[in-house]
Amino acid sequence: MTDLTRLTLAAARDGLAKKDFTSGELTGAYVSAIEAASTLNTYITVTADKAREMARASDERIAKGDAGALEGIPLGIKDLFCTKDVLTTAASHILDGFVPPYESSVTQNLWNDGAVMLGKLNNDEFAMGSSNETSFYGPVINPWRRKGSDSKLVPGGSSGGSSSAVAARLCLGATATDTGGSIRQPASFTGTVGIKPTYGRCSRWGVVAFASSLDQAGPITRDVRDAAILLRSMAGYDEKDSTSVDRAVPDYEASLGQSVKGLRVGIPKEYRVEGMPSEIEALWARGIDWLKAAGAEIVEVSLPHTKYALPSYYIIAPAEASSNLARYDGVRYGLRVAGKDITDLYERTRAEGFGAEVRRRVLIGTYVLSAGYYDAYYVKAQQVRALIARDFTQAFEKVDVLLTPTAPSAAFGIGEKTADPLSMYLNDVFTVPVNLAGLPGISIPAGLSGEGLPLGLQLIGRAFDEETLFRAAHAIEQAADFTAEPEAWWRA
Amino acid sequence: MSVDQNTVRRIARLARIAVTQEELAPLAGELSGILAWVEQLNGLDTTGVEPMTSAVAMSLKSREDVITSGNLQAEVTRNAPLSEDGFFVVPKVVE
Repeated sequence: MTDLTRLTLAAARDGLAKKDFTSGELTGAYVSAIEAASTLNTYITVTADKAREMARASDERIAKGDAGALEGIPLGIKDLFCTKDVLTTAASHILDGFVPPYESSVTQNLWNDGAVMLGKLNNDEFAMGSSNETSFYGPVINPWRRKGSDSKLVPGGSSGGSSSAVAARLCLGATATDTGGSIRQPASFTGTVGIKPTYGRCSRWGVVAFASSLDQAGPITRDVRDAAILLRSMAGYDEKDSTSVDRAVPDYEASLGQSVKGLRVGIPKEYRVEGMPSEIEALWARGIDWLKAAGAEIVEVSLPHTKYALPSYYIIAPAEASSNLARYDGVRYGLRVAGKDITDLYERTRAEGFGAEVRRRVLIGTYVLSAGYYDAYYVKAQQVRALIARDFTQAFEKVDVLLTPTAPSAAFGIGEKTADPLSMYLNDVFTVPVNLAGLPGISIPAGLSGEGLPLGLQLIGRAFDEETLFRAAHAIEQAADFTAEPEAWWRA
Repeated sequence: MSVDQNTVRRIARLARIAVTQEELAPLAGELSGILAWVEQLNGLDTTGVEPMTSAVAMSLKSREDVITSGNLQAEVTRNAPLSEDGFFVVPKVVE
């Protein structure tokens, strides 16, 4: 039999439906691949027994003609999604031993559609990071390496376990979350597709909270079709999340292959940032040419407040984080470090339980929300956020989608940027504005850097217009014909 | 805004995170660096701009004020590092 991990999610779905193979066989192939790839450190927890059990149940449903949309499809779950009776860590020491008595709504949607859980994927601690180096469980390694080099590269972050596992074929697709670029930047670094849908499209219920007005779940997959399939199952209204939006979920797959003729594609001039590598510029220019050749109309647009997006994000996100993370107190769940009184217990538990980056952001957030600084920092940042959102609204009066690079560079080396938090933050320059405005954004692999590393292009759409994003993303995917793969050096 | 060591100590207390004497100086440097960087927002006039408090313009749904869940004492305390008879156990807070 051919290697089942070579299939895309769509091909595996079709093969299962035609009974070419069973979910048990497919799942077994993935469990073996995961066992042989521990070097990459993609999974915090592998749930092999549970996976086999779920696969068996799927095979029974397929035999009875009772298959769901994702029946028998083995997936990886970012360890930020609570999974009932399965350790959930958010890659933090402070959640030691936490076994949720409930299931997140997004993962429940996947299981309702018949998907199989392979395990819980590594990420930056509480999703705070752009390289997956802040995880308490150690960094994730990118399966891609520079031409002629064996130095280890980051897979992007915070969904680095998701991106690395999809690229290394350790799951058919993965759930991920995106607060400032945590789905799209890792997708760009690993030659995978990642979509952050519109805020409110996927329920946040049961997803460990980082910055609640920015957090949104989405899939990372091998190609655009797989992302369309997976998002359709993940999305949907949920009364348990008050910010979940009550709108029907379209069949995103139906958008694929539709013509982009006449589609107006905006090129925001402010995204030509100083010091951007020429190969990123060239990639962007190729993307423009591809869409033009497919009949789209290219329009230069202005998003004048772009340069204020990162600084406003680094007020708003830490402020919300400092509030959300107040719940980790050593009393109700997770780590507890004894103290001489209750305050001492809180302080010691949180000092030992939070890593350096999380501590930094909680302190910044506490500072900007503290008496005397609230208006100067937090309210100011929210005003700037309003201006950034207005920039997009005005641009979308003239165009249907925006095309930009996903990240200002290819994947970098482990340890290269950890010494300077600010240089790490700059990684998200093209993705953060999208979260601030609550819009959908997708990253599509579009080419290789001079060093042989994948580079992504980002499409940004109107709120709840993921269908146009999928249509344009599919056109780019067809034109880019990205078939490069990392060599399987990690296989034990 | 430059943050001094006393401010770091005060903020860390508010955030309930213990910091050692040796950590104060490096933390003050890091936090000052980040705050100096975000202060570029001051170069932008935002007079009269309504702060954006929600990512999607929508009004929150309401529901009947009725009990929808409960009797979950065992589940709620299941993950507690220390619990007794369905209660969380903490160090003595009242002398």
